[in-house]
Amino acid sequence: MPRELNYAQAILEATDQCMAEDPSVYIMGLGVTDPKGVFGTTLGLKDKHGAKRVLDMPVAENGMTGIAIGSALIGMRPIMTHQRIDFMLLSFDQIINNAAKWHYMFGGKMKVPLTIRLIIGRGWGQGPQHSQSLQAIFTHIPGLKVVMPFTPYDAKGLLVSAIRDNNPVIFIEHRWLYNVTGIVPEEIYAVPLGKARNLKEGKDITIVSSSHMVLETMKAADYLERDSITAEVIDIRTLKPLDNETIINSVEKTGRLLVVDGACHTSGFAAEIIATVTEKAFGYLKSSPQRLTLPDLPTPTSPALANLYYPRTIDIINMARSTFNLPDKTEEELGIKHDQPLDVPDKTFTGPF
Amino acid sequence: MNQEIQKKMYYDMLRIRTIEEAIAERYSEWEMRCPVHLCVGQEGVAVGVCANLNQQDYVMSTHRSHAHYLAKGGNLKNMMAEIYGKATGCSKGKGGSMHMVDLDAGFLGATPIVGSIIPVATGLAFGITLKDEKRISVVFIGDASTEEGVFSESLNFAALKKLPVIFACENNFFSVYSPLSVRQPAERDNTAIARAYGIYADKGNGNDVLDVYEITKKAVSQIQDGKGPAYLEFETYRWREHCGPNFDNDIGYRTEEEYVKWRNRCPIESFENKLKGQDILAEAEINHIKAEIESEIEEAFAFAKNSPFPDSIELYSDLYA
Repeated sequence: MPRELNYAQAILEATDQCMAEDPSVYIMGLGVTDPKGVFGTTLGLKDKHGAKRVLDMPVAENGMTGIAIGSALIGMRPIMTHQRIDFMLLSFDQIINNAAKWHYMFGGKMKVPLTIRLIIGRGWGQGPQHSQSLQAIFTHIPGLKVVMPFTPYDAKGLLVSAIRDNNPVIFIEHRWLYNVTGIVPEEIYAVPLGKARNLKEGKDITIVSSSHMVLETMKAADYLERDSITAEVIDIRTLKPLDNETIINSVEKTGRLLVVDGACHTSGFAAEIIATVTEKAFGYLKSSPQRLTLPDLPTPTSPALANLYYPRTIDIINMARSTFNLPDKTEEELGIKHDQPLDVPDKTFTGPF
Repeated sequence: MNQEIQKKMYYDMLRIRTIEEAIAERYSEWEMRCPVHLCVGQEGVAVGVCANLNQQDYVMSTHRSHAHYLAKGGNLKNMMAEIYGKATGCSKGKGGSMHMVDLDAGFLGATPIVGSIIPVATGLAFGITLKDEKRISVVFIGDASTEEGVFSESLNFAALKKLPVIFACENNFFSVYSPLSVRQPAERDNTAIARAYGIYADKGNGNDVLDVYEITKKAVSQIQDGKGPAYLEFETYRWREHCGPNFDNDIGYRTEEEYVKWRNRCPIESFENKLKGQDILAEAEINHIKAEIESEIEEAFAFAKNSPFPDSIELYSDLYA
């Protein structure tokens, strides 16, 4: 029977195997060696690979990113972790001005093989400064690669590719996926950067999504199927470089596009995908492409407000239906029940962190 | 003190000065189409520090980096070609004057975001320790970069890990046109700040190359003894405008008197007189040195001007490694 791991264990295994494979790989970040081990993704690494290569760090996100860059310039392969993407904002100067540009601005003489692991998430009142989804910002910066795995299999394989890559890679993990399990081979393997995955074949509409929103999208696709709408679900996996081909091929087949993006609306990544499809496959479109995103608002903390803030399965279903000019359905009509509060991913999640 | 080292330092300072003046002189031809931050007047710090370094040591710097690049042994032809935006430039024309690099010389890059280079150079030192190598990383910074958060962050980490890094600060009293007085409290002493982190610190006269040399020598030996990083601060003065080939004492942010005072403390002139007085250098030798430098510079400008611009395909190359 194939072995299953959860998403967090898959990330830990990728890190462990990359460190065993290449002595220039090291990992640092706040809490990397603490008892919680960054949601379990770094547990045991210090015992196995030593304190020199597995280290906690001062709370100095910008400076430490620069330090990681400097070490990368002379052959190290640092992995940096931030327990919230929000904390990383302090390091934009180093990421955008230095890491992203170094190879180009010095005529290709040096490279920055740096992986920055950023954790996004939602729920349990994480609020305005602990639950942002800022992937689009990184995709705007030439020189960066941006990865957002959904499955445990991809979490491991894409992290291996990110660490082996000779460029700065922004690796965005969703906290609500850490407990999701899936088949993960024991040996080290790489999932190539820049390739989307067709998760479900369909002929009526293409739904493109990433990270945790793929989970909601897959649920929505099941309900749509009951009304004889077969959705093709594409997991973007790598936002930059973007696999246009897989998305466009699908839209040429289905003629309809819905992008589900767990980030704010304006200038978000959904806009990029819709623009790309409109430019390259306009003639195939049978209805105007749609996007389902978060509203242009900071994340509210109260569960009463957060429940309104996050789109869910029913919203995906109805937006997909709108492309066929079909009327909205209600959760009651579809028999969608919530046997747990909306601010937790599953019963095992108890907060508060 | 070793006479050969002194002669070499004189030579290096004069060479840097003459190169910078040549850039200033030819800038109005409008063929060097990028900002230039000339270091005329500040040569003593670059040369006095770098005279203590070996080829395998690393140096990084700021927007005003020509002196550091040259003092570390950076290739002059590639530097000039870079300023002219040519394919033969040290960054293939993609960086310009603010992005000097010469890996063979151990000059690992310069960037113009104030303070931004400090943690990167600290990271070189961290990499050196991770790889168990015996090298030193030196980062040249200006007085304003000590106001940036990454300055403190880098000092903290360098002290924590006892990294082989020297923070060499050139205090020229201005950040563009903003004087120290509007940026730092009068009581502030960066050496005291560094010492509070547990870092060896010293300061000296940046216009006295021997002072710079001796102060740096102590810092280097302290690092070689495994005692960790050093912060060194040298007072000096930029003669020409912040950015560009001209003088700007007339626009109102500093006085002609102040400039003249520093002009009279020229690091090269005073050192030349000292070496002459001690019979280390004779007039004839100085003339010979000047001629040699002039001819090297002519050759470098010719190389830059005759080099091709980057091919159009270069626009898209080097985005990813």
